[in-house]
Amino acid sequence: MSAEVKGRDRVVGVLTPIVLLGLWELAARFGLLDARFFPPPSAIVHQFAALVASGELGANVLASLKRLALGMLLGGVPALFLGLAMGISRPLRAAIDPLISATYPIPKSAILPLVLLIFGLGEMSKVVMVALGAFYPIIINTVVGVANIDKIYLDVGHNYRANRWQVFRTIALPGALPSIMAGVKLAVGMGLILIAISEMVAANDGVGYMIWNAWQVLTVDTMYVGLLVIAVLGFLFSIVLDEIEHRLIPWKRRA
Amino acid sequence: MAIANVLNKQGRPELVPSTPQLSLSGVSKYFGSSGFVALDGITIDIPQGQFFVIVGPSGCGKTTLLRILAGLDTQSSGTVAVNRTDEKRPVNSMIFQGDSLFPWMTVFDNAAYGLRMRRVPEAQVSDTVRTWLERIGLWRFRDRYPNQLSGGMRQRVSIVRAFANDPEILFMDEPFSALDEQNKLLLHEELLRIWEATKKTVVFITHSVDEAVTLGDRIMIMTANPGRAKAVLDVPFPRPRNVLELRQKPSYGDLVFHIWEQLREEVQRARQNAEGEKA
Repeated sequence: MSAEVKGRDRVVGVLTPIVLLGLWELAARFGLLDARFFPPPSAIVHQFAALVASGELGANVLASLKRLALGMLLGGVPALFLGLAMGISRPLRAAIDPLISATYPIPKSAILPLVLLIFGLGEMSKVVMVALGAFYPIIINTVVGVANIDKIYLDVGHNYRANRWQVFRTIALPGALPSIMAGVKLAVGMGLILIAISEMVAANDGVGYMIWNAWQVLTVDTMYVGLLVIAVLGFLFSIVLDEIEHRLIPWKRRA
Repeated sequence: MAIANVLNKQGRPELVPSTPQLSLSGVSKYFGSSGFVALDGITIDIPQGQFFVIVGPSGCGKTTLLRILAGLDTQSSGTVAVNRTDEKRPVNSMIFQGDSLFPWMTVFDNAAYGLRMRRVPEAQVSDTVRTWLERIGLWRFRDRYPNQLSGGMRQRVSIVRAFANDPEILFMDEPFSALDEQNKLLLHEELLRIWEATKKTVVFITHSVDEAVTLGDRIMIMTANPGRAKAVLDVPFPRPRNVLELRQKPSYGDLVFHIWEQLREEVQRARQNAEGEKA
């Protein structure tokens, strides 16, 4: 893909929401939308500025990001290593696959009460929720990624006398990396969903808490600010992850 | 023209100058409950430094045989003896059929793979890989990834990967079958050039009679179903060989024709068997 086409795609991607926001603003101003439920974007921006100025927004975003980061590490790192090991070892795969298949379909939000029971109302319960969300997409994608590595590469490794660790490092990990990155992207999306839900139920700060609190005191503008922040975070994460993928997987770039 | 038609049933070396590098005795391979005989009692000695070609119809078990020789598969019965001349060098390196370069490694890293796996010091890896990539004209592509190369270039890199590893024996499993005729011709010339400089023992598998006669010192013709050695014959052409000049010689045509005659029976028989099984 040429830089020109890529740049054009970016511009279009930014333009669409701006046009929609403009339409929304007009509709709210002229009474086509009920401003109590759909305050005009200008009011939301105003509220956004106020929340930034008071430091409230920054503190909440920081709290959520911290939980998200810790949860991604707590869930993602074991998922990565267990997934790689399962991909290489057939017996391990046979032993653990059924457990994953059985527990994967349980909605993570449904486990929240249990997690609260076990980990209490402190930070740990929120981190664990994110970890649960991150664990599944990463382990599943890693196993698939390793299992789908063309057998010929393992033959090459064997023929050149690569030992187990060398096979792991030079074939299994890089071969599965594209699939692993896809898993990480899904995991971050899942993490954002779960952090918002957990904070609504059991937190005194964080973006999820901010949204829920705004509902309770009916400051609709703040609710929208919260939603906006989550949307922007999701968008920023996807840009960062794309960039990481680009650097980590240079061989997927075309000449 | 003298064509030595040697059926080496007893496994005794004939026309073999020195100790064989590879000695196969009654190597057979059956597959599980179906009782399918992929290889039936292959017995042959391959002397050190010989370019040995196995030619046969598809499905004759020649790839299975090569995988057994390379230790990637095990025979059901029979023995394979490898006589090593240098314990420090790796026994064998294989050039695989089709794309076997790691897509996630650059040309340089792919070429360096064997050396790095056996923990050769990096400075030496660098020197060796550079020498080989220069020799085959790919040094300036060293930072490219395989998907940025043509099929012919990729196969040249896998040849470098194998040669750079400096094994005693090179196994080649139809390495050029996916290439077009022009590329094939160029690669034959290049392979002959670098092989003639190193004189490693080569076991080369192909279904192309032209390729077998162009490259080989000795050719084993295999039958299909069960895979047996039908004939072993010497290729009398001197080295170094010029591929194009060689192919103009009447004796080249004679030898190709002679091998084709033997193969044709086999291909027809294999086809009849397959049709018989379907009926």
